[in-house]
Amino acid sequence: MSADFLYGIEVVINGLMAGVLYALVALGFVLIFKASGIFNFAQGVMALFAALTLVGIMEGQVPFAHLINAVFGTNIHHFGWQVPAILAIFMTVLVMIAFAWAVQHFVFRHLVGQEPIILFMATIGLAYFLEGVGDLMWGSSIRTLALGLPQGGSLWVEEMTSGLGGDDFYGFFIDKLDMVATLVALVLVAGLVAFAQYTKQGRAMRAVADDHQAALSVGISLSYIWVLVWSLAGIVALVAGIMWGAKSGVQFSLSLIALKALPVLMLGGFTSIPGAIVGGMIIGVGEKLFEYTIGAPYLGGATENWFAYMLALVFLVFRPQGLFGERIIERV
Amino acid sequence: MKMKTLAAMALAGSMAAGTAMADLVIPDLSYRTGPYAAGGTPFSDGYQDYFALLNARDGGIGGEAVRVIECETAYNTERGVECYEATKGEGALIYQPLSTGITYQLIPRATADNIPLHTMGYGRTSAANGEVFNWVFNYPANYWDAASVAVNYLLDENGGSLDGKTIALVYHNSAYGKEPIRTLEELSAMHGFTLTQLAVDHPGQEQKSQWLQIRRERPDYVLMWGWGVMNQVAVQEAANIGFPMENFIGNWWAGAEHDVTPAGMAANGYKSLNMNPVIDYPVLAEIQSLVHDAGNAAGDGSHLGSVLYVRGMYAAMLAAEAIAKAQEIHGVANVTPAMVRDGMEALEITNARMTELGMEGIGPEFAVTCQNHGGAGQGLVQQWNASSGVWEPLTGFISPDASVIAPLVAEDSAAFAAESGITPGCL
Repeated sequence: MSADFLYGIEVVINGLMAGVLYALVALGFVLIFKASGIFNFAQGVMALFAALTLVGIMEGQVPFAHLINAVFGTNIHHFGWQVPAILAIFMTVLVMIAFAWAVQHFVFRHLVGQEPIILFMATIGLAYFLEGVGDLMWGSSIRTLALGLPQGGSLWVEEMTSGLGGDDFYGFFIDKLDMVATLVALVLVAGLVAFAQYTKQGRAMRAVADDHQAALSVGISLSYIWVLVWSLAGIVALVAGIMWGAKSGVQFSLSLIALKALPVLMLGGFTSIPGAIVGGMIIGVGEKLFEYTIGAPYLGGATENWFAYMLALVFLVFRPQGLFGERIIERV
Repeated sequence: MKMKTLAAMALAGSMAAGTAMADLVIPDLSYRTGPYAAGGTPFSDGYQDYFALLNARDGGIGGEAVRVIECETAYNTERGVECYEATKGEGALIYQPLSTGITYQLIPRATADNIPLHTMGYGRTSAANGEVFNWVFNYPANYWDAASVAVNYLLDENGGSLDGKTIALVYHNSAYGKEPIRTLEELSAMHGFTLTQLAVDHPGQEQKSQWLQIRRERPDYVLMWGWGVMNQVAVQEAANIGFPMENFIGNWWAGAEHDVTPAGMAANGYKSLNMNPVIDYPVLAEIQSLVHDAGNAAGDGSHLGSVLYVRGMYAAMLAAEAIAKAQEIHGVANVTPAMVRDGMEALEITNARMTELGMEGIGPEFAVTCQNHGGAGQGLVQQWNASSGVWEPLTGFISPDASVIAPLVAEDSAAFAAESGITPGCL
């Protein structure tokens, strides 16, 4: 087989895995939109905040240390201990659950029945607030996420596949971190789908998603379900923050990963968990393949960002609810 | 009684205002928040701490206290312009915009307001032509110098010839990232190497396509014009594909500690340009004792001595020296922005002076003239030692190829003069 063809396959494989990383971010959007109709602008910042909190806890950093030092003239930064990764992840999950409760209690409880645009604006405010709180709590330095996740290309894959082509083919490159991310994403999706299908809380969540009024009439607590959904979105944000943070270090640009999730949502639909994964993969493969075949050779490169949105737009034209979104039926 | 109290307060207020107005006002257009905060914070800490040192040790500059006004831009061009407009009325003497985007917006404004800009190692490269850009200074070096310094280093590494070699440029797909392309194209034609250009879209978190292409094409060297998260991801991706780190060279905005630490040991051997080597300058101990220990540090003190902290401190030193020069030229301590511009244009930085200031070797010797606002244009190459967590200077200061850079500066500045209706000349 020709090297060009084989490298095309390599691009597709890497596109699929990049798409899974996009989907990890998109999942959080889907969970909240599905249950409450809120487009959560703060999802990217939640990923940042969760990752910052995880690293802060692991390193034994004193939250709000800079503020405390400025007010009281102290010079404290760390507690002097380090927290094992598993325990730190558990503690971060607790923080994200507390955040979900606070969001529901202090913001959305007071906005029940408001127009979707009002709820969207509230999430914009939430995003900036959370970014500021994250900065105050943990500082703005770039931190290394020491979870021991594997990095680098898989030599085994490279050696096994290097014989497929001639001397100008060096074997497939597959990033070990991407492989882990794919595995984690599959487990996460399976877990979320199982939760929604087979647990009492999951069924209640689906009932709220289908019809708020009907769910309320059978005694489901809207408030409880929203806390549950925001908690799940917080946990998904933590997973996304870990995977993206492992690539670049935990830093404030993590909040911008939401930009990669938007075309995935447009394509996969705002209400489908599997749709987020499939949409992510289509976007990932589409943008990488376009860059490989047309973008880099003929257009000067850097086409991935706009091509992802263009691809999503094309899908929107033919299927406005997205590939897996619920069919929009308006009756007069 | 009440009227008397009010009158006394008003008088005290006006006296306080009078005192404040007599200070040497230096705005600091910082970015401590947002995606680029990790780079903006140490620079701003170094910039402010040096002026705090001058106040604490010398009573300011020429007996006049320095008052730094910090304004947060979040590395956002619109907010940078707002900061400029909000602070210029305070009597701002010199601006360090710390962003190429903000610099482009401020060039016409600062020129109209007669306030000098110092864009150290960034901004509009052709501003080195002081006859066109009377109010803009980009000493000690600019992007085109950096491109030439990198190529000169590689020439030295390859016995004086790059003929037949391939160099890939991985660049931020912005005005900043595209700056070196023209120079590298000229140098490519001159030295016979093949230049491959790989653009990375903002913010640069996803670079798989670019690094797969590098893995396929196997260039001899990769140069990088990156900033923010693009740097950390690029270093990690280079390590992932097994690209030899010693053949990967970033520019001076891609060579701070935080650019390499996320990749851990995998970043070992990565190189970058620098305009200020990181060594143990005596002035750092003075800042520690007179500023940090006195509780007057601009930040939390954790960045003291880092690459970008030292660069901020270096920028502050150059501003302070220009102010001192202006005081000397005009014979007054309370100088105006126009006088500071004169001081900048007459600035001469010597090794003896840098040693006297406790900063021996922090930059090259250079003298500014009306024709040359760009300084010596020299840079050095440093290499990351991941074991010790230190950027180690590999070379001394390397000069750029003036025969390539000077015509490009002349051409670009002439075009700017024509489109802006400027008649080149000295003030």
